[in-house]
Amino acid sequence: MGKSSSKFLAGPYIVWMVLFTIIPLCMVVYNAFTDSYGAFTMENVSAIFDPVNAKPLWLSFKMSFIVTVACFLIAFPLAMVLWKYSKNRNSFIVMVFILPMWMNFMLRTLAWRLILLNNGFLNHGLEMLGLNHVYLMNTKAAIILGTAYDYFPFMLLPIYNALVKIDKDVINAAKDLGATGFVILKRIILPLSIPGIVSGLTMVFVPSMSEFVIADMLGGGKVYLIGNVIEQAFNSGYADVHLGSGLSLSLMGIIVISMLVYKFFDKGEERSGVW
Amino acid sequence: MKHIFIKKLAAVFLCLSLSLNLVACGNNTEAKEENQIIVFNYGDYIDRDVLEQFEKETGIKVLYEEFLTPEAMYTKYKNGTVKYDLICCSDYMLDKMIKDGEAREIDIDSMEYTSNIDNDFWQVSKSFDAQNKYTVPYFWGTVGILYNTSMLDFVPDSWEFLWDKRFKNNIIMQNSVRDSFIPPLVLDGKSINTTDEKVLRKALKRLEEQKELVQSYLVDEVRDDMANEQAALAVIYSGEASLASEYNEDLEYVVPKEGSNIWMDSWIIPRSSSNYEGAVKFLDFLCRDDIAQKNFEYVYYSTPNKAVLDNIDDEEKEEDNAIFPDNDILKRCEMFTYPGEEAEKLYNRLWKELKVY
Repeated sequence: MGKSSSKFLAGPYIVWMVLFTIIPLCMVVYNAFTDSYGAFTMENVSAIFDPVNAKPLWLSFKMSFIVTVACFLIAFPLAMVLWKYSKNRNSFIVMVFILPMWMNFMLRTLAWRLILLNNGFLNHGLEMLGLNHVYLMNTKAAIILGTAYDYFPFMLLPIYNALVKIDKDVINAAKDLGATGFVILKRIILPLSIPGIVSGLTMVFVPSMSEFVIADMLGGGKVYLIGNVIEQAFNSGYADVHLGSGLSLSLMGIIVISMLVYKFFDKGEERSGVW
Repeated sequence: MKHIFIKKLAAVFLCLSLSLNLVACGNNTEAKEENQIIVFNYGDYIDRDVLEQFEKETGIKVLYEEFLTPEAMYTKYKNGTVKYDLICCSDYMLDKMIKDGEAREIDIDSMEYTSNIDNDFWQVSKSFDAQNKYTVPYFWGTVGILYNTSMLDFVPDSWEFLWDKRFKNNIIMQNSVRDSFIPPLVLDGKSINTTDEKVLRKALKRLEEQKELVQSYLVDEVRDDMANEQAALAVIYSGEASLASEYNEDLEYVVPKEGSNIWMDSWIIPRSSSNYEGAVKFLDFLCRDDIAQKNFEYVYYSTPNKAVLDNIDDEEKEEDNAIFPDNDILKRCEMFTYPGEEAEKLYNRLWKELKVY
């Protein structure tokens, strides 16, 4: 009985999956391998190697790498602090970090624009302190900042959740046996929080790889990412659904491959943990 | 035509609520559809009171929907889910729709108030609607340079100033393919509708050289950033320029002496229309003296409506040269036409090359 009722409950989810994941994905695959006359072609998928597409892809890769690393470097220590000082998962201090997520991300990005403008809040503040202006707006740095800000909670929460699950007795035991703080971090906390770190890295890296809205809003149209290329393919005067689909598919492929590589290393680490 | 971000959001919400409406209406009887028209227009490009008044006077319900760019409009229109009765769009897109046979002939002579439209604008419209059969002019304007008089002590009346090293990081360009190619093509003395790859490559070269001087490529934010004194010079549409100078008195608008682009937004009845009579009634209503006046005061773009123009005193006309340009401007400027699919591909390709440069 249990099995059939759980199947029944999964029904809506399956319908959802089919309607909004499987069918659109099939359409993307179909469009990617056909031209506007419906004939089979590899052109759209191989278009990713064309310099006008490959350059933005490489730039996207570099930028989302920086964003992911930056998010991790800030999120991990912060998650440790939260773990230490918050009594439970719903405590006020944790909420403070989730709170910005309740606001629409476009509005948050728009706010960054107002802060970073040449005569925005940031430069007004610097002026009052008698410092020189910084020209961050319309640069790659602005986009990295905006993206890292927007995706930061997606790094913080999984790591925090993983940390919360660690039994404090394990750490106390290590201390009893004379382990230093560094050893505890390296041998206990880090290995045990790896599932959280992995999902944090994925949840930041993958979406920021195909990001284009933040690049549009903070980059002043001067920074052109692979997301912008795909968006333009769908939305420009000569709307090329096939090229857009082809590029999306190649991007998906690249992300899947990098995830597999990543999983491979990840597994290797787990094994060494067992030994 | 170009709008700030908040309005974008508003438009998105509107579209959403409208599409929900349409879904909700879907199971109503056919009879109800008879007495409604579906109008598709740029964001914030009509006085809403006009819609209400039309509903009151004629009993025809207006379902009103907005879009951001002609391209987005065309994608949605082609999609075919909503059967639009009237679409307002820009010259080159109208050109494309007429060429593709998407437009329905309008019996313009049968309409009472179309004679309000100045003959000059019927003539200008001929560049995309050769026999004045398919479109009725709505608003028009030019593309020029908006500059801040507190940062410049001369009038930048040439496109050359967009390549002036003194303005490094102080120039805002339009973030759209065709518009950004206007300055280099005009400077080279070429048509802004050229499809010659050599000519376009040369123009691209100029734009690539210019890129390091450009602060940003924007669309809707040009007006706000200029009003905010982010930059000294910007390529902008006349209607937006006028609005910007309302926010900031130091801003002035000039159409460069070499010439520029003149654009026209007109109404078209697409083939998909299911209520031709209603659509024509609405079009005629828009041309009526009082309604055109009201709409002009709200939108404040250059109007082709004589009745409205005669009503405005000379002082106001002199004050705002963006909205009321000299007559000879029409001669200096060229209108965009649809260059064909191959050329469109080429333009997009060059645009990408500029963006990754």
